[in-house]
Amino acid sequence: MSSRIEILNDGGYRSDGRRQYELRSIDIDMSPQGTADGCAVVSHGLTQVQVCVFGPREARKRAETLHDRAVLNVEVGVLPFSAGERRRRGRADRRILELAASIKSTFEPVIQTSLYPRSQIDIFVSVLAQDGGLLQACINATSVALASAGIALGDLVCAVSGGVHGTFPLLDLSALEEGDLPNVTVAITPRSGKVTLVTLETRLHVDRFGEVFARACEAGRVIHTEMRRAVRARTSKLVDAMGAGTKGTGEEDVERDVLMSEINDF
Amino acid sequence: MPRPPSPSIPEKEFLYGSLKQSLRLDGRNPLEMRTPTLTFGPDLGWVECAMGKTRVIAQVEGKMVKPPPERPLEGLITIHSELSPMASSEYESIRPSEEEVTITRMLDKVLRRSDVVDKESLCVLSGQRVWHLRLTIHCLADAGNMLDCACLAGVVALKHFRRPEVEVVGEEHDPSERAPLPLSMHHTPFCFTFAYFPDPTILPVLDPSHLEQRLSAGLMSVALNAQRELCVVQKAGGMPLDQQEVLRIVDVAVGKAKELDKLVETRLKEDWAGRTVEVR
Repeated sequence: MSSRIEILNDGGYRSDGRRQYELRSIDIDMSPQGTADGCAVVSHGLTQVQVCVFGPREARKRAETLHDRAVLNVEVGVLPFSAGERRRRGRADRRILELAASIKSTFEPVIQTSLYPRSQIDIFVSVLAQDGGLLQACINATSVALASAGIALGDLVCAVSGGVHGTFPLLDLSALEEGDLPNVTVAITPRSGKVTLVTLETRLHVDRFGEVFARACEAGRVIHTEMRRAVRARTSKLVDAMGAGTKGTGEEDVERDVLMSEINDF
Repeated sequence: MPRPPSPSIPEKEFLYGSLKQSLRLDGRNPLEMRTPTLTFGPDLGWVECAMGKTRVIAQVEGKMVKPPPERPLEGLITIHSELSPMASSEYESIRPSEEEVTITRMLDKVLRRSDVVDKESLCVLSGQRVWHLRLTIHCLADAGNMLDCACLAGVVALKHFRRPEVEVVGEEHDPSERAPLPLSMHHTPFCFTFAYFPDPTILPVLDPSHLEQRLSAGLMSVALNAQRELCVVQKAGGMPLDQQEVLRIVDVAVGKAKELDKLVETRLKEDWAGRTVEVR
């Protein structure tokens, strides 16, 4: 069926009306949910992922605690109605375990775990809707949720998927494109400009890879500005809600605020 | 079962110290892999691959089955792999560990999802009979870099395997009197694993040994064939790398794939020359 759909037409438009390097609309919602310490619902187009972060808190299993840093616990649940076909996946599904493992190892070096010794940080990922780019949505949502939980991060991690159609690199693939094209997911830490995660699962020529890889790294920065905007908007809303009490504390604080925002300009 | 103790501080310091001078404990260069030894068994499709002390056996067997109705024209390939405590005391037999999940998923991606075997050529009679290939991977000993060894063993086993040629006579199929056929394969991917270390001045090493793997800050696996086509790139987290560094590693792997392809081809040819295949 999908072979009849033109991935990229002569006018340079993709099947959903996007251009080659156009990302789907990103929506980041950081409103609190339940008792979670940090929460985020991130949607890339029709893919939607919710992440709840609990912690740092005392570890459930005493035996698993580490004396010098926090332990990360990542659990991924894919809701049965998230994809087109209703399908229940067990928690022991290898694909889900792999997804959880890659989220965990992506964030382990980014979270300043040594600040929270003998504790545990729980990250619960629920996939609400799938339309391609599952891994990127999970990573982006986890980044924002960790930030909203106030956990010390070295950097936000921004992930983007990319694919190659013929010789044209495309960015942020939908499920339809993902099925037909070789696809790459790249996660970068924008402040250092380094790459923390690269996955490619289909056959692709080395020369083509370099191209789409570079594009995806650039797009990671775009996602980063979106994330930063969302985190700032949320924080300023919280500051406003806390009332005018903090406003009249004098000039020094204002100055410090400016400095802090420069330092924390992540 | 108690976990084996992590490497001691002197061991760690010695390894990092020597890696800083581009020296490895087993005398290899940083980007040199252990030369794999391939031993072929009496049956076609039985291969033992050894890289240093890491040893893996791969075996392929074919069976005729009825294909699933949604894909009546395609044969089936299943991969069975298990990391038992036999390979290393780090693996438990009860629960699949994180490493085991990574290895099984990578094997699946490299050997099955990248379309190594032409599945349509495995069809005998559409909707009625297709070949079901079962690739079993036994990990015998883990002395580091089990993944590359298992992938190599699996690919070579598939290349070494010959399926019996059958002829369809009316509704029935008959084991004919023809020589067994090799599988038709699209390409031969090889997997290369690089380990990188917490100290950014230490260059990544190819084919890490057990100790290097334990002390590394992350692994990056690249699977590709000699035609410069990447099949799988896997760097899940670990220490962040520069963009250029990632591309450099891929370039190194390209060169290594060509070398390994030559080695595998000569070994297969040698084995095939010394083998007489009986026609039943």
